[in-house]
Amino acid sequence: MSVTGDYHTRNTLETFSFLPAFTQEEVYAQINYMLAQGLTPGIEHELPENAMDHYWTMWKLPFFGETDLNNVVNELESCRREYPDHNIRLTGYDNYTQSQGVNFVVFKAQGSSSRAW
Amino acid sequence: MAKFDSGVKEYRDLYWTPDYVPLDTDLLACFKVVGQAGVPREEVAAAVAAESSTGTWSTVWSELLTDLEFYKGRTYRIEDVPGDKDAFYAFIAYPLDLFEEGSVVNVLTSLVGNVFGFKALRSLRLEDIRFPIAYIKTCGGPPAGIQLERDRLNKYGRPMLGCTIKPKLGLSAKNYGRSVYECLRGGLDLTKDDENINSQPFMRWRDRWDFVADAIHKAERETGERKGHYLNVTASTPEEMYKRAEYAKELGMPIIMHDFLTGGFTANTGLANWCRENGMLLHIHRAMHAVIDRNPHHGIHFRVLAKCLRLSGGDQLHTGTVVGKLEGDRASTLGFVDQLRESFVPEDRSRGIFFDQDWGSMPGVFAVASGGIHVWHMPALLNIFGDDSILQFGGGTQGHPWGNAAGAAANRVALEACVKARNEGRDLERESKDILTAAAKSSPELAIAMETWKEIVFEFDTVDKLDVQ
Repeated sequence: MSVTGDYHTRNTLETFSFLPAFTQEEVYAQINYMLAQGLTPGIEHELPENAMDHYWTMWKLPFFGETDLNNVVNELESCRREYPDHNIRLTGYDNYTQSQGVNFVVFKAQGSSSRAW
Repeated sequence: MAKFDSGVKEYRDLYWTPDYVPLDTDLLACFKVVGQAGVPREEVAAAVAAESSTGTWSTVWSELLTDLEFYKGRTYRIEDVPGDKDAFYAFIAYPLDLFEEGSVVNVLTSLVGNVFGFKALRSLRLEDIRFPIAYIKTCGGPPAGIQLERDRLNKYGRPMLGCTIKPKLGLSAKNYGRSVYECLRGGLDLTKDDENINSQPFMRWRDRWDFVADAIHKAERETGERKGHYLNVTASTPEEMYKRAEYAKELGMPIIMHDFLTGGFTANTGLANWCRENGMLLHIHRAMHAVIDRNPHHGIHFRVLAKCLRLSGGDQLHTGTVVGKLEGDRASTLGFVDQLRESFVPEDRSRGIFFDQDWGSMPGVFAVASGGIHVWHMPALLNIFGDDSILQFGGGTQGHPWGNAAGAAANRVALEACVKARNEGRDLERESKDILTAAAKSSPELAIAMETWKEIVFEFDTVDKLDVQ
């Protein structure tokens, strides 16, 4: 008889939420990918209980024309300081497909296991 | 005007026009032809143009009542088929007015109708069609398309993950819903009715809808992610099909499913229109395709069927996996995957594409890779199909020693690890083992899946190869 295990259902936040929390370097790599693809970075934040809403609140406007990793990182950190109890995700807009080539939660709300640095 | 001259003429007198320059509005077709021994290529090729357009075997007086020069199809080019001394390509231009607007049914009735039984031919295969943009603008196309489907389901930056529920026949509705729930709670985005499942005595459709809806709602509540299940509305009559679709909508389901070849293009186009009107996504299965497309000398290449489906309407279409248990050459598959997703596809013989194809603003269709794939295939699948695809692991989810939920989680971890690695600039196929092994360190579900399927490969020679030397 084979040994089976018990699988605990996870409450997750879509892309990359089945991987261990990213290190700072791993988040940087994804931001660099997004910038290299010519996608426009954007930051959105929302209370965990509203995570399934289509619209999260935008942090400022999308950063059109941004190519500098450090600026994106600074904005993410500013957003986190302002909304520590929110989930914060990074989006990469593609204005040709009008879709998002990148979309993942960088910081989970304080109190839940925080992601990244 | 010429006088009526009854009798049998050579087809090539009227229908072989090597000096003709096709118009932008012409519908172009490329056939692979093998004629009967002793019949010149030009005559056979002209016969194909004639018999698929205005011609018949004997001249008739009523031809003089119309302007056949305006309406006739023309063979304008003949080419050798590389590596095949018996066959040749015939390129035919058909005037736009031969076809009813928005009807791939009408196009196919002409192009692959009586002509395929024509005695002067030993075999005939429709290799490709160039639909003029003027015709494409008359077709409804995908009810939602890739962009809208991503927005509705909230899936970005990665392929979606699916799974066909097994065993495909014999489960009760409640047991079936259990299987769906387990897959979705484990991390899959979508599950699928097997194509064989319609409304059999062991599980009537309405009961399946009820229990699957319950499974989806519960999985969404618990995981916080959007989920769906392709409810197969393929039925014996259009009336029954629409009834089932209406009930899926009533239950708040995001997606239904249709088998476009066994159900037929008329049913498919009607259902796609219904989906567009009712905010429903449409998954398309392709049972019967291999009957039509696998013989390299006779039938219709799948790239033509895929193009017709994009025009008729569907948001997801099965394309084969390249790496799994079902037939599919890599270059050829990538060729018709482009036809589903891109807005312009240039001629590229190395991928079996015979014409430039402009799709204009027609929405794209997700490519679905399904059949005999498991976690070890994940890096190659992501490399081949890219983000705008749905990767479906049936046995590769439900065959996991811990069951569906753990199998689903294993696939989700593997997929996300591969997407992450790709974005980091790593070589997915060369480093596949390292990427998966590292990901398995934090996922016992993935480690077990990798152990379970480590020896399984499907390496048989492809029957339908591209015509290259």
